[in-house]
Parts: sequence; structure tokens; C-alpha cells
Amino acid sequence: MNVTGKDHAELAGAFNKDVDRVDWHDETLWWIRAKRDKAVHGLPEWEALRETASQIKHNVLANLDTYLEQFEANAKANGVTVHWAADAAEHNRIVHKLLNDHYVTRMVKSKSMLTEECGLNDYLAEHGIEVIDSDLGERIVQLAKEPPSHIVLPCIHKKKEEIGDLFHEHLGTPAGNADPQFLTNTARNHLREVFLTRKAALTGVNFAVAETGEIVVCTNEGNADMGAHLADIHIASMGIEKLIPERKHLGVFLRILTRSATGQPITTYSSHFKNPQPGKEMHIVLVDNGRSTQLGREDFRNSLKCIRCGACMNTCPVYRRSGGHSYHSAIAGPIGSILAPNLDMEKYADLPFASTLCGSCSNVCPVKIDIHDQLYKWRQVLVKAGYTPKTKSIAMKVMSTTLASPTAYRLAGKAGRLVIKYAPFAVNNALNPWYKQRDMPDAPKQSFREWYSDNRKKQK
Amino acid sequence: MKVGLFIPCYVDQFFPNAAIATLELLEKLGVDVHFPMNQTCCGQPMANSGYEHLTGGCNSLFMQNFDGFDYIVAPSGSCVLHIREHLHSDEAPEKARNIAGKVFELTSFLTDILKVETLESRFPHKVGMHQSCHGQRGLHLSQMTELVAPQFSKPGKLLGMVKDIDLISLNRKDECCGFGGTFCVAEEAVSAKMGQDRVEDHLEHGAEYITGVDMSCLMHMEGILKRRHSKVKVIHIAEILNAQL
Repeated sequence: MNVTGKDHAELAGAFNKDVDRVDWHDETLWWIRAKRDKAVHGLPEWEALRETASQIKHNVLANLDTYLEQFEANAKANGVTVHWAADAAEHNRIVHKLLNDHYVTRMVKSKSMLTEECGLNDYLAEHGIEVIDSDLGERIVQLAKEPPSHIVLPCIHKKKEEIGDLFHEHLGTPAGNADPQFLTNTARNHLREVFLTRKAALTGVNFAVAETGEIVVCTNEGNADMGAHLADIHIASMGIEKLIPERKHLGVFLRILTRSATGQPITTYSSHFKNPQPGKEMHIVLVDNGRSTQLGREDFRNSLKCIRCGACMNTCPVYRRSGGHSYHSAIAGPIGSILAPNLDMEKYADLPFASTLCGSCSNVCPVKIDIHDQLYKWRQVLVKAGYTPKTKSIAMKVMSTTLASPTAYRLAGKAGRLVIKYAPFAVNNALNPWYKQRDMPDAPKQSFREWYSDNRKKQK
Repeated sequence: MKVGLFIPCYVDQFFPNAAIATLELLEKLGVDVHFPMNQTCCGQPMANSGYEHLTGGCNSLFMQNFDGFDYIVAPSGSCVLHIREHLHSDEAPEKARNIAGKVFELTSFLTDILKVETLESRFPHKVGMHQSCHGQRGLHLSQMTELVAPQFSKPGKLLGMVKDIDLISLNRKDECCGFGGTFCVAEEAVSAKMGQDRVEDHLEHGAEYITGVDMSCLMHMEGILKRRHSKVKVIHIAEILNAQL
């Protein structure tokens, strides 16, 4: 969350003060993009899979009300309690009440970006309930008291030495030990104690099958299973867009999810939860929190197709060089930049501008969300709604007036070239952000149109 | 064939050689080229900043200038993409669509309309090809590394016809240079870093020249090369294709 009040450009500027770290971050994520490329280029049917997934989600979004009711009815028939939450606050209250009703003060939680979006951990902490995140990456950022910087790789911004220091401080490992194998084993032992002693476990949901009322949770660590199987009460929180119509559609989604995310053919664990175990409880919380508003925005509806693979982040040249925290939103990167303004236009007005509109995000998206086009469209919406600095609006008006008049344009062009040529100090200074790390182009004697007048007399 | 030459505003003002090369190249290929003198800008700088509603003046000016041509050709993927996707007119919507459909980026005009198979040009240098995003991902001038689809490259095909050119390979074939219009100043730190990384890739592979279909990306990389006092130059693809034997 944005506790500093700084925008993406300022936060990215701070991140870029440490060039070695930027290079390391960029290379690490590019390596994952390369793994993804290798995995998908091995499947001749890849583009057909993307198209199929996109169409299935199109159907889901077009009939969301029907599928939600079907899912609820089937889940109830399976013995699951279904809750509906209109927003983040209601979701948090529902979870809190369930824990209170069971006298639970300590809960284990596997990865759920939705609970990050809802600020659940902080809310429960304020009410005296301790939450331990069991995904290794999430546990690391939790120990560091930071939000995740990536939806699939929460601590991708941390070097192993920093993780070693955190473990030394919190889990008592020897100082200076940054051996990943050793640290992972330490975390495993630490979490095992947590799994064995917690009475309540919360998990996210990757897919919810309307046809059967079951949910599917994908992890590489098996931590969702450990938590849910050992606890007396399993709470699964899901956004209402997580539905798929039938179980057979998993044959598409499980194939594209992890190939896109990490380049693996499939997650190590793709666990189906359908019925509560005998004597135990299973609850599903269906959360709207702005999703039905987004569903009503025709230009942005497709953003709800997102299956949270993170491929758009790994490929994004801006994300790789600005870090997840610079997006000051639970979901960073290109997809976060088109989701966040739906929740709060003022707070996230900067995010759709944190892009060159290069389009790589839309090309890797396994459900074919037109991410870069939506970034462009959000810019138009945000400007019209008045969430841009006044100075920028004035500059843009002057620019558009100049460019709409051939005479004004010629004069301004000539003036611009004269300034660069004879008064470079006017542009080559610290107040010109271009000049900070880049030189200005040389000013030619003549514009092309002047050359054309001199050399070609066949003007129209 | 009557062709309107559309020269982006910043090319007109700062890179006349790219425009001259485009004109000469088309003339050499027997095209009847006209440059409407009252053209200015496609409107993209405003639109990409969120002010598409202020581009009405640019749109009508563009339509006045480029009415009546068989094709409209520009040495820029970015400006062409903007016109193709966003040129509109409330008064004459059909006419706007018609004009937008005739706008071509130079290399695709050469390969797809003129069907050029040979060129009389020579450029005996090591050259790195920068894939400008709007040309590549927007106009599909060449295949994109993200997609599982057959390889092709329209600018690459044309460069292959140039004598003695030595095209280098890159670590990252089609990563953005970070120019991004107003992004280059609004997000100065990330933009400059992206440009530095792109330039580094070309330098590492021994480029003497960096070329591409968009002068805006090249201007960005040129700014970084000059700051480093590098001898490596940027050059618009039209200048290579038009280089004398």
C-alpha cells in the first residue's frame, strides 16, 4: 500500500538509485520470461489455448450471475457454507466473525492476493488475531513487514543475503548464512509447527467450478493443503471472477497458468477442495470489491479475465526496472495498473501512465486481455475525470493548438530548432528531465519542409 | 500511383535526412510522391497522454492534407499506428476511416504494396536493428517473441537486400527502448534506464549503427549514445535502404 503518498515515477526513481539492484531485478525477471517463452514455444497449440481460455472467460463474464448462483447451490449441496461480501470491509468482518465464533486467535494463510487487496492481515492484527503466511515468499515479506512486490513471486525484490539476515533475526539461523537450501529447510520446520497448531486456515482460490461447486488451489509448496487439511475450519476467499463453468475447462486453465507464470508445465499441487472433512467446516467467501463495477465498464471488463499468472509483470520492461512496490497497489505491474483505478481513481491515477504502451503484456497474457489498450483508455478516463496535474493539462492544450495550425507549427518548430542550436543551455539543464541522462538531438539548419520547398517544386 | 508523404512533426524538424531518404527512395521506385505542405502532427503526443479529446484539430488537418491519395506513407510505425487506430471525424466518419485505411508505414508499403524484391543500395557496416514496439506489436511489421507463430520481418527482409550490410543479433530481440512519448520525461529514471540497457545490447554485439523504423526510439537511443560520447550512430532504415552503391 502507498503509505508514502509518492507516485510511481518518484518511487521508481528511488528504486533506480541502486543501478546494480535494478540490473539484478531486471535479469531475474527476464530469466522467468525466458523460461515462459521456452515452455510455450514447445506447444504448437499455445495460441489456440490462449484464445480458448479467453473465450471461456468471456462466457463466464457474460453470464456471471448465473454461474455464481449455480456455484453457490452446488457448494452448499457439498456441505460448504457460502458467504457473500460486497467489499473488502465486509470480507474482513466475515473472516473475523468466523474466527471469533471458533475462538481462534491464530490463523495460517496460504497465498491469496485477494486478502492483500482487502488488507486482511492488518485488519485481523488490529483485532488481536495473528496471521502467519505459509507461502515461503509471502512469509519472507511478512517477516520484513513489507507487502508482496509480485503476485506470484512475492519476495522477488529480495536478494538471498537479505533473506538470510531476516531469518537470522526472526528464526534464529546463523548470521551470514544465505544458502537457499538451508533457509528453505528452516522455513519448512518453522511452518510445520504452525500447520500443526493452527485451528483455522485461509486459502485463496485459483478456479471455482460452477458445475461442481468445488474450488481449485494451485501451489508449488503444498502449503495450502497442509493448512487446510490440518485445520478444523478452512476459509477460502475468492473474487467473484474466479469462476469457470465446468471441470473440463481446467484442462485449458491448468495448462496455461503455470507455463505463463514460471515456465513450469503445471503447478506441483493443483488441489481440489469440494467437501468439508467429517467433523470440520469449509467456508467460501465470494468477494465483489469493485468487480461488478469493472464488469459494467465495457472498455475494462476484460481485465476480470485475469488468472493472476504474473506473466505481464515479468515481461514488462517498466516493472522489471521499477520494482513491484513502486506501483503502491496490492497488484503491481501492467495488470495492476488497469485494475487499481477501478478501485480508486484518485489514488491510482498515476499507474496507467507507468507504461510505454509497448504491448508486450497483451502478447504474453494467457487469457488475451488487451492490457496496453486498456492502459491507453484509462489515461483518457482519468484525464477527463480531472485526475491529472493542471500544468500538464495547460501544456497539452497549448500543444494541441500549435499542432492544429500549420503556421503556428512552423514558427514553433523553427523556434525550437533555434533554441537547441543557439541556446542549448535553455534545454540542456537540470530542469529538463530529458537532459539528465540523455543529450538533445542536433538541430538541423533546415526542416524537411524547408528542404522540400527548395528542392522540389511540385507541391500539391 | 499517387502517394502522400506523411512526415511526422519531429522528423520534419529534427531529422530531415530520414524524410529526404524516404522521399528519394520512393521516387527511385517510380512512385509519384507529394508532400502536402500544411501537415503538422498526427496527434499522438496528446492522445497517449490521455488528451485524445484535444486531437480534433490535428485530425481534421490530417484529413484536409491527405485526402485524394492512393496511399499515404510515413517513415514511422508509431504515427501510422496512431492514425490507423484513432483518426476519426464526427462530421465525416466514413472519410476518416477511408483515409486511415490508406496509411502505411514505409517498410510495409515497400514489401506489401510495391512488393519490392531488390534494392540498389549498399551499406558496408555492422548494424543493429531496433524493433520499435508500435511498428512491431502494433502494425505487425515483424513477428513478436512472445507469440508462438511463424517468423517474419518486413524491415529485416528489406535490409537483407542491402549489399555488404552486417546485421548483428541481440540478446533481447524486441524489448522496448523506453521512449514512450511523454513517458520519457514523466518517468525519467525508468525511461533512461531502459534506453541505456537497449543501447548496451547493441554495443555488446559490436554495432556501428542502430537502425529502426521509428526515429523517436532512435532519437532516444541517440541521446544516450551521445551522452556516453559513443561513436555509434543511429540511422533511420530509409537512409540505409536509400544508401548509394
